[in-house]
Amino acid sequence: MSRTIRYREALNEALREELRRDETVLLMGQDIGLFDGAFGVTEGLLSEFGERRVRDTPISENTTVGMGVGAAMAGLRPVVEMMTINFSLLAMDQIVNHAAQIHYMFGGQARVPLVIRMPQGAGHQLGPTHSHSWEAFFVHVPGLLVAAPSTPADAKGLLKAAIRSDDPVVFIEHEHLYGQRGEVPDLDVDHVVAFGRAAIRREGTDVTLVGISRQAMTAWRAADLLHAEHGISAEVIDPRTLRPLDLETILASVRKTNRCVIVEEGWPRGGVAADLAVQITEQAFDWLDAPVGRVTGADVPTPYAKSLEQVAFPHEHDVVTAALATFRDI
Amino acid sequence: MADHPLPDAGVAKEWLRAMLLIRRFEERAGDLYAKGAIGGFLHQSIGEEAVIVGTVRALRDTDFLVSTYRSHGHALARGTSPDHVMAELLGRVDGVSRGRGGSMHMADVSRRFMGGFGIVGGNLPIAAGIALASDQLGRDDVTLCQFGDGASNQGTFSETLNLAALWKLPVVFLVTNNRSGPGATPARHSAVEDLLRRAEGFGVAGLRCDGMDVIDAYNVVGDALRLAREERRPILVEAATQRFRGHSAADPDAQRSDGEREEWRRRDPLLTFARRLVAEGAITQEARGALQAEAAARVDAAVAFAEASPEPRPESLHDDVHVA
Repeated sequence: MSRTIRYREALNEALREELRRDETVLLMGQDIGLFDGAFGVTEGLLSEFGERRVRDTPISENTTVGMGVGAAMAGLRPVVEMMTINFSLLAMDQIVNHAAQIHYMFGGQARVPLVIRMPQGAGHQLGPTHSHSWEAFFVHVPGLLVAAPSTPADAKGLLKAAIRSDDPVVFIEHEHLYGQRGEVPDLDVDHVVAFGRAAIRREGTDVTLVGISRQAMTAWRAADLLHAEHGISAEVIDPRTLRPLDLETILASVRKTNRCVIVEEGWPRGGVAADLAVQITEQAFDWLDAPVGRVTGADVPTPYAKSLEQVAFPHEHDVVTAALATFRDI
Repeated sequence: MADHPLPDAGVAKEWLRAMLLIRRFEERAGDLYAKGAIGGFLHQSIGEEAVIVGTVRALRDTDFLVSTYRSHGHALARGTSPDHVMAELLGRVDGVSRGRGGSMHMADVSRRFMGGFGIVGGNLPIAAGIALASDQLGRDDVTLCQFGDGASNQGTFSETLNLAALWKLPVVFLVTNNRSGPGATPARHSAVEDLLRRAEGFGVAGLRCDGMDVIDAYNVVGDALRLAREERRPILVEAATQRFRGHSAADPDAQRSDGEREEWRRRDPLLTFARRLVAEGAITQEARGALQAEAAARVDAAVAFAEASPEPRPESLHDDVHVA
């Protein structure tokens, strides 16, 4: 059985359940305790678990993540919250040079079971330093696992899996999704979603739409429009995790539909869509009837003005246009 | 250094043996580097044997040690076999880090030597995190984090000292102040050179030791470890040291004057400590010579072991990227 709850509440349940289940789990981050988190994800956890396990940190991102790395090496399962993904750049040394590489560079001797949560995304007029989407930065790094859930159920299940993972996980949430509702299994279910398994959000036969993070939802709405207005049957795939990537589910869909459009909110150059497009082209070239299409964030710093910001990230009509373009030669 | 009485003869002899091993090991590593048998960077600890051995001997086996890119000496002092340290330098499969890490990334987690870390200042938060884990898990282990004075201008220095003091973490920050980053002396980089004053500003008490004196290092670091363990708070120890080589084997060491180098050579921790052991009858001159020969033979054996160890198979490239 299931209930309908918000994405933010689903994350909160995941943290609460794992804190209860495993006393080595602890949370660290700015304003996660007294203030319940900048987006309310950690609401009520300080009062239930106390300030030893729910630790407010100063504005010291690199050191907070680094302490998470050390604590993970010595037996804890820390979950560090970055207030937004933009601030994760301040911690890039600890994420990339340390968390991601320690297991390898010490020949497998040490483990870093650390989760670094961070919300991304445009749409709230927060301007260039608070609105970006950067899956690509982390997908680039061997040693990391990268999750980008788009539904409350996946947010909960993937976060629980991330906390139980022995590898470091960058867990990318989306600011726009925090208030979105969805079905989540009941509290008596230990709801864990394995990494590396894509979800087929909508089955279809004519074109494959791959949507990442919030853009999985955009792709879903675009699929409805394609059906209603153009009679096109689109299959919508949400990879859910980008490292590991369930490429096989995407390829199977492309072999069926012979067309593919990838939708992401990040920048186009060196992006996740670019990476996926190459992998699909390399492995399913003979099945493609058109070049793999991409819909991405605009190649600009995300602007403040609403009229500009709204055209700087993908909407469903952009996805419809890109999908129709894959039929242009017919 | 005559201020401190010698420890028991057996203890003193073991310390000298450990210091000699590091010296001979580093000299041989330098030779192998010059021949091209060791790649990348080679950061030696020649001249820093006293602070390494004094510090590591002050630790309990259950305490954690965190080092820098200058990590061979700490591994050896902690008890890691010279065979495996040398094999790592030669990039062999029997290296402590299986040939993945090299000179800057030695680790022996089974001995709680949690790693050499290649990014200056990157190891401080990690050490504080290890101390946080000890605290959280109810253990009384202390973490000792060694770094050079150059790291004190990284943001992680101030951020970590602040958090360690705020959260009362059992960690000892050991700054080896050799006053010589590559091409750098502290006055050119730090408006406030006194590291104890800087630590005090973050609520971390400081102690000083003579890093050229193994007994002083042992005593002062031992005090710091006791304070951290019993009073649950971070302590910073500044050890004044002098390496006898440049920053790395590739650094010409030009910024120090001949007179300065000569003065420090007179304080060579191996010579001063060994002479004192002989002068005070802890060991004989013959025994001293035997220890030197033993260290040389041990390093010869390590080189032979490392040279015989195979290079990692190319097919193993992707091993250990992930745990699962």
